[in-house]
Amino acid sequence: MAITFNLNGRAQSVDVAGDMPLLWVLRDTLALTGTKFGCGMALCGACTVHVNGAPTRSCITQASSVAGKNVTTIEGLSPTASHPVQRAWVEMDVPQCGYCQSGQIMTAAALVAKTAKPSDADIDEAMRGNICRCGTYQSIRKAIHRAAQLQGGQA
Amino acid sequence: MKRRIFLQTTGATGLVLGFHLGKAEAQAPAGRAEINAFISVAPDNMVTLQIHKSEMGQGVVTSVSQILADELDADWTKIRTEFPGVKPVYGTPMMGTYGSLTIRGSWNQLRQTAAQAREMLVQTAATRWNVPVTQVRTENSTAINTQTNARLTYGALAVDAAKLAVPARPTLKTAAQYKLIGTSPKRLDTPGKVNGTTMFGMDYKMPGMLYAAVERCPVFEGKVRTFDATKAKAMAGVKDVFSIGHGVAVVADNTWTALQAKKAVVITWDEGPRAGNSTVGLRKMFADMAATVGKSAQNSGNVDTALAGAAKKLEAIYEAPYLSHAPMEPLNATVRVTDTKCDIWVGTQIQTVAMQAAAAATGLKDDQISIHTLYLGGGFGRRGGEDYIHEAVEVGKHMKGTPVKTVWSREDDLQHDTYRPMSYTKFTAGLDAEGWPIALHARIVCPPFGQPGTATEGIRDMKYAIPNFRCEEHSPDVGIPVSYWRSVGYSQNTFFMEAFLDELANATNKDPVEYRRKLLASQPRMLAVLNLAAEKAGWGTPLPAGRFRGVAVVSNIGSYNAQVAEVSVTAGKIKVHKIVCAVDCGIVVNPAIVAQQIESGIVYGLGPALKHGITLDRGRVSNTNFNSYDPTRIDETPQIEVHIVPSTANPGGTGEASTPTTPPAVLNAVFAATKKRVRMLPARAADLA
Repeated sequence: MAITFNLNGRAQSVDVAGDMPLLWVLRDTLALTGTKFGCGMALCGACTVHVNGAPTRSCITQASSVAGKNVTTIEGLSPTASHPVQRAWVEMDVPQCGYCQSGQIMTAAALVAKTAKPSDADIDEAMRGNICRCGTYQSIRKAIHRAAQLQGGQA
Repeated sequence: MKRRIFLQTTGATGLVLGFHLGKAEAQAPAGRAEINAFISVAPDNMVTLQIHKSEMGQGVVTSVSQILADELDADWTKIRTEFPGVKPVYGTPMMGTYGSLTIRGSWNQLRQTAAQAREMLVQTAATRWNVPVTQVRTENSTAINTQTNARLTYGALAVDAAKLAVPARPTLKTAAQYKLIGTSPKRLDTPGKVNGTTMFGMDYKMPGMLYAAVERCPVFEGKVRTFDATKAKAMAGVKDVFSIGHGVAVVADNTWTALQAKKAVVITWDEGPRAGNSTVGLRKMFADMAATVGKSAQNSGNVDTALAGAAKKLEAIYEAPYLSHAPMEPLNATVRVTDTKCDIWVGTQIQTVAMQAAAAATGLKDDQISIHTLYLGGGFGRRGGEDYIHEAVEVGKHMKGTPVKTVWSREDDLQHDTYRPMSYTKFTAGLDAEGWPIALHARIVCPPFGQPGTATEGIRDMKYAIPNFRCEEHSPDVGIPVSYWRSVGYSQNTFFMEAFLDELANATNKDPVEYRRKLLASQPRMLAVLNLAAEKAGWGTPLPAGRFRGVAVVSNIGSYNAQVAEVSVTAGKIKVHKIVCAVDCGIVVNPAIVAQQIESGIVYGLGPALKHGITLDRGRVSNTNFNSYDPTRIDETPQIEVHIVPSTANPGGTGEASTPTTPPAVLNAVFAATKKRVRMLPARAADLA
């Protein structure tokens, strides 16, 4: 079926099975491979994108359900990787293997958009759905606090 | 060494992987000259370094570059990296990334290679200027005439430098001359990993590529008897369905369809001889074996005599389950097979194994096979395997001429891993009248994996001064595929050893740190990390109510580390608040990456200590996805402090250093908190009630 949605600020039409998860539409149909496949059951968060601003597991989100909505992927989070979360991630050298990091960053970006100064408990709550097998969690925590500073205009 | 000028665009053996530099710079610089197998320089002075190790998060793109660039005096802001194809110069007998060997195994070679290149560039500049080489110095990829201040870039010198004889004994920098080694520049691979452009194996795409998924026999060693693909073939986008022996492959025009369609194939299995395996049955079998004498792995003094004369005897049985590696990126490989060539685009830890697997599957010769290494979304040992490569080549062979990416689901990953083996160890110790150990006997039952001695490492080579020591092993092959899992034999045996040693200390109410200090008196590097961890953790100082500490120490992979964990236990629920780790890994190339690796290993070790293990029933793995094999998450991760012992010793490993030490440090703290000794991993609330 033909589905039209807004992808990273531009109108996008695709002709795919309506029950195909958004993850595979992004990766295989549209070649946006920054969004990752990790579990296929919304258990690990590697596939996180924003749908109308909300962090969403694209691996269990049917393509038909995003018709007419705004979808943002890691490629569209900022044109030059200058989103405060991405800047903080670079400053702290957060990634190790890096495979989960698109999902971590998208979840963290949604957190700081909603909660300007997240506490450690806020971070635990928002991020516990995102697995990192390299165990970069301590760096992620620091980088989210740093992103909140950057977002608030602090150097 | 062969010398040649290497004018390369993108060749089979030099697939360009400078993706972290952005797409525009991913093209190989035109007209670059290859000075040696690791270093080439383009006329615009861009230095390209061949990273002969796989990047799976451990930072080799950065740390290997630091070593090369330092000895080369290269401009750190003008380097790019590639992953080369298989050549003996990149590793013999195997080109690969395993055993925490990158820095310790390549330290001399990389410095030597880069120093040779630098001397060839210096010689070329001296010839141009008609001055002695002593009148040429180098910095930032530039040769400088110390008398006239004239300058020539490496880019201007490289073509001629590449023609020179390779100096046999180049002068290496002294430690005081290092500019990059010992520092923590930003990781070169970070930018691509925060904007989604890093090319993992899973992300590789080429024109005409199809996608495959394989439904494998749920019982190891089982085979396809018959299958009915009617329903699967009727699904839109399915191109082919065929048996590859141990499973049925479905090829489709996208990943989702392939993964869905494989579930629609109706398969009758020949389950083979292993359908009776279960965790319950294996535990009983291992326990029965532990009652009999095993093969000697270590024997000093006379354990039996010493035990007979001991003032006190202790016995304990420790157990650990099979473990899955579960890297975040499920396994995959893209393969194109023709009559004369096989190309594989893959995140592999061992390129030589991948090549050999492809040769075995296709009948082609090694030089007809090209391994194009992509970034790895985690390895932990899993990606050293040949099984997933062999299987993807079988699929590619069937689809001859068409590139096919075979993708595993998470369920495939957990149920068809090559696991860290289950293990069962029975300890007997004898103490003297003061409580010091005079005899230790360990009988290990563990399916054989890796090199001889792998299943006993961590106990057989323990460092404590115990005069009578015997280690025996039983090696039952029970048909569950096993292989290397981050820290290998130490991953379970260090827990067994360090927890049992804690039992010995506790038997006469001795302080666990003091107890270890005395038994490690002749092991200065062990002692130093133990003391540093104890000091930094405030061992012996008061803690908030309800918090308790535990300690553990190990020597593995040429390094030493001790950890002190701080925990509380509430209604059987363990909370790890803090882990302090002191590590001695010899000379450090990049302290920030060392700290990352130590943290990473600790988080990886927390999972099997507290959360997950593989269980078997009717020959099948019971775990299906991250809901039944749940890794450590952010809210379960303690504050981690890493302290590096300054050292001038040869580099040791770091990737696998800290994983073994975490479970015993944590569970020794749990004992301090509860007086309950956890002897079977992972810890269960019931064990603490």
